[in-house]
Amino acid sequence: MMKRRVLLSAAATGLLATPMIWRQAGAQTVVGVTKTEIKIGHTIPYSGPASAYGSGGKGHTGFWKMINSQGGVNGRKINFISLDDGYSPPKTVEQVRRLVEQDEVACLFNPLGTPNNSAIQKYVNQKKVPTLFVATGADKWGDYKNFPWIMGWAPSYQIEAQIYANHISKIKPNAKVALIYQNDDFGKDYPLGLKAAWGAQYDKFIVKALTYEVTDATIDSQVVSLRDSGADTLITVATPKFAAQMIRKVYDIGWKPLHFLSNVSASAGTVLIPAGAEKGIGIITATYGKDPTDPTWANDKGMNEWRAFMKQNLPEADMLDTSYVYSYGVCLTMLQTLRQCGDDLSRENIMRQAANLKDLDIPTVLPGIKVNTSPTNYHPMRHMQLSNWTGTSWSLFGDLIEGAG
Amino acid sequence: MDGVLHQVFSGIASGGIYASIALALVMIFTATHHVNFAQGEMAMFSTYIALTLIEAGVPYWGAFVITIVFAMVVGTIVQKILMEPLMNAPVLASVGVFIGLLFIFNSVAGWIFTYTLKPFPTPFGEGGPLLGGFFSRHELGSTAITVVVLFSVWAFFRFTSLGLAMRAAAFNPVSSRLVGVPVATMLALGWGLASGIGAIAGMMVAPIVFLDPNMMGGVLLYAFAGALLGGITNPLGAVLGGFLVGIIENLGGAYIVGTELKLSLALIIIVAVLTLKPAGLFGKVLASRV
Amino acid sequence: MKNTMSRTGIIISCILMAAVPYFFASGYQLFQLTLVVTYAVAILGLNLVTGYNGQVSLGHGAFYAVGAYTTAILMDKFNVPYWATLPISAAVCAGFGFLIGLPALRLGGLYLALTTFALAVAVPQLLKYRLFEDYTGGVQGIVILKPDPPFGLPMTGDQWVFLFTLLVGIVCFVLSANLVKGRIGRAMMAIRDQPLAAEAMGIDIAMLKTRTFAVSALMTGIAGSLGAIAVQFVAPDAFGVPLSLTFFVGFVVGGGASIVGPIFGAIFVEFIPNIADEISKAAPGAVYGVLLIALMFLAPGGCASLVRKAAPYMPWNRKTG
Repeated sequence: MMKRRVLLSAAATGLLATPMIWRQAGAQTVVGVTKTEIKIGHTIPYSGPASAYGSGGKGHTGFWKMINSQGGVNGRKINFISLDDGYSPPKTVEQVRRLVEQDEVACLFNPLGTPNNSAIQKYVNQKKVPTLFVATGADKWGDYKNFPWIMGWAPSYQIEAQIYANHISKIKPNAKVALIYQNDDFGKDYPLGLKAAWGAQYDKFIVKALTYEVTDATIDSQVVSLRDSGADTLITVATPKFAAQMIRKVYDIGWKPLHFLSNVSASAGTVLIPAGAEKGIGIITATYGKDPTDPTWANDKGMNEWRAFMKQNLPEADMLDTSYVYSYGVCLTMLQTLRQCGDDLSRENIMRQAANLKDLDIPTVLPGIKVNTSPTNYHPMRHMQLSNWTGTSWSLFGDLIEGAG
Repeated sequence: MDGVLHQVFSGIASGGIYASIALALVMIFTATHHVNFAQGEMAMFSTYIALTLIEAGVPYWGAFVITIVFAMVVGTIVQKILMEPLMNAPVLASVGVFIGLLFIFNSVAGWIFTYTLKPFPTPFGEGGPLLGGFFSRHELGSTAITVVVLFSVWAFFRFTSLGLAMRAAAFNPVSSRLVGVPVATMLALGWGLASGIGAIAGMMVAPIVFLDPNMMGGVLLYAFAGALLGGITNPLGAVLGGFLVGIIENLGGAYIVGTELKLSLALIIIVAVLTLKPAGLFGKVLASRV
Repeated sequence: MKNTMSRTGIIISCILMAAVPYFFASGYQLFQLTLVVTYAVAILGLNLVTGYNGQVSLGHGAFYAVGAYTTAILMDKFNVPYWATLPISAAVCAGFGFLIGLPALRLGGLYLALTTFALAVAVPQLLKYRLFEDYTGGVQGIVILKPDPPFGLPMTGDQWVFLFTLLVGIVCFVLSANLVKGRIGRAMMAIRDQPLAAEAMGIDIAMLKTRTFAVSALMTGIAGSLGAIAVQFVAPDAFGVPLSLTFFVGFVVGGGASIVGPIFGAIFVEFIPNIADEISKAAPGAVYGVLLIALMFLAPGGCASLVRKAAPYMPWNRKTG
């Protein structure tokens, strides 16, 4: 009741409605932190057309529960508040404002979706709320100059596209490339990345570029057009359902291009095997994480750590779902950030530490890839490695490639 | 020219998907004079039941039949519990229930069966693709099934007194009741049949598009368009409408406006056709009572 | 007597609606209420065409999108002040609604439902189309600035946006109430209930139907503009089928052919998803569906029908009966 009145009077006098719980020397803002608790906010679609992503939120919740049962971080328990935004940007704004203004979280962690994060980008920067390791593949979250309070995590789609472009230039300089991508912010980042790498040569390489809609039933028509273009190389930028259709159809019509598949859909267990394991032989993808369904990592120490975590904390969960692997990795990054903060959990220091991660090893990420950030590097992961589908598993080849992002 | 032919073939293949769902929509419209928005989601849910049975070791055709029966029972129960009490309520209340069902089936399917993609087996054999790879065995087989269902539905409404009674109950409940048609039972039966046909459609579509809780989201619009294009009162028309939509969509996307606008173009064509022939290409003009 | 009573009642409740949140709600709550008002206006537009005129539209999200984009583009590319975008957006949406209303003349019932549903499906892909990308920002959408309170008024941006939205909302509701109460409103309902008789009475059905569509699109388009100003962001995939479905749910929950109905509908679509999320993280959609169906059983005619039933028992109506 008291708190509410403080809030109201603050609002009425036109001040920011952020009551300070305690202040440190300097302009440090400490919000959402007590001697026993750190409040962290999160948004993700649990409902609506994108609810498939919701498992990531369940993974996060399980992770912080585990940390709390181990005593929390620096003696404080994590109060993790995860809210449903139905993948609708207006709802994301509403929920994030609730988290910041009503729940008064210390920071936001891993809100999902490119349009959703675009909608809150300005707000969290005005309010100076650390918005860490956002779950989107867009490149713009590395913009430390204009938006110093928001940071991405995984290598961006554009970095991935550049890796494909450079690989094609190297091994097949006269390739005739067909491109198919989902007609949304995810898909359209790939032509952008290819253009960035190829420059004026883009038009020389690409002989046909087509799109599909998530509402399409099948993409057979596009496959037929792409083949008829005479292309000998194919880049498929698709979500799992369409990727699986693509792999099967390309095989069925007897087309044998050099096939690149976007990392989003490179799951052995949920895309390549359902599509028909032998149909995808030779497909190339660029990856940074370990695929839980890939036999390569069946006895991997890092993946076993993840499996133990799943068994103990999310026994009901679907082990094929790569969202849980992603969740574990990104949560560990957040955990390290909080640990580095020590006892100074001001928003400024949380952001400072997030931008000061040095050679952090993540067990679910490929050997050799480390998380590094600095005040002038807001791309925590910049490396990927190419990988080849053998018919039973992915086989890494070549060196780690650093993206230009 | 080869390209055009290829596009037509692949249009027929995806048209088969629309046709099978369109048939379920015609069924429920003929039997209840409603369009059930949850039809696709109910079909998707039934398909998961079939997959669960198959994974538990039930042979395909056994699972096929059990699933149809299951779907019919669920359809009948939904009608009895949710629709019947609202029979005299404003029609909007029924629409509200349809939308509610859509949310429920979609969300519960995701919850129980998860959102990861599942391959669904085909009864027609995996063997090599036919006709230059444009049709898989499954696509031909499922088209055959659609045709069988189509003729059963047509014969049922045309030749059996039960079919006639069902049409009467939907068309004019009050008069039907007066001549002794058990209207409530007929409506429940209609829901059961429609949901059974939906289940068949689901099991035929899933091997092509892969099974996930959002499998029917996009398909339903095309099926709806196909049903109306052919005539919502005419099962044969709806099936042809479904195939036509598939072909129009492919040709438009490949040759006229490009894939970015192919959906918009297909819809414009359909709306234009309907403006000229409001009862659909093969539909009968319904006289409305004034 | 009754009329003046209820008019005073309306004025008092309007003032209360503005004052209570203004003084007591936090910025976040004001934002929620702003969205409620926005959705109420959008659903009001849908109610005019579907509830009063009997033309089913499953695609009002499209008009909302056009309104939102008109405002966003004018603010972002042409530096038009936010308030000045409203009349432009209203005009654009009315024109767009009129065009959609033309085929609607020949397509009744299900066919119109399909046409409008198709519109809802097609709008995101049209907004993304590369020829319009310079204006629409393509898939990335447009970020716009939050309006400041005018004349240096001592209030926060949230308070000002709320008051502004509420003011526009009240104007829309009052205009609509007058419209449906009058001759045109009776003609609209006559077309819905007895088209032949209406025509025999000399009502120009074609003209009235398309005009109703235009007015309806205008209202929903204004709501889109208000929504864009409040959220400060528009993106094509936010305006797809789910949005149209949301409006339709709000319309059904509020009740057809009612002016107060949309307010209840807006409250439902704004707050019930949050409640569903609190109840179950596993399947919030199912909780939402169950609540929706439960409400249909409690009030098959929508919330407005409950209000109508309850009205005679309210203290201010007892004597005048």
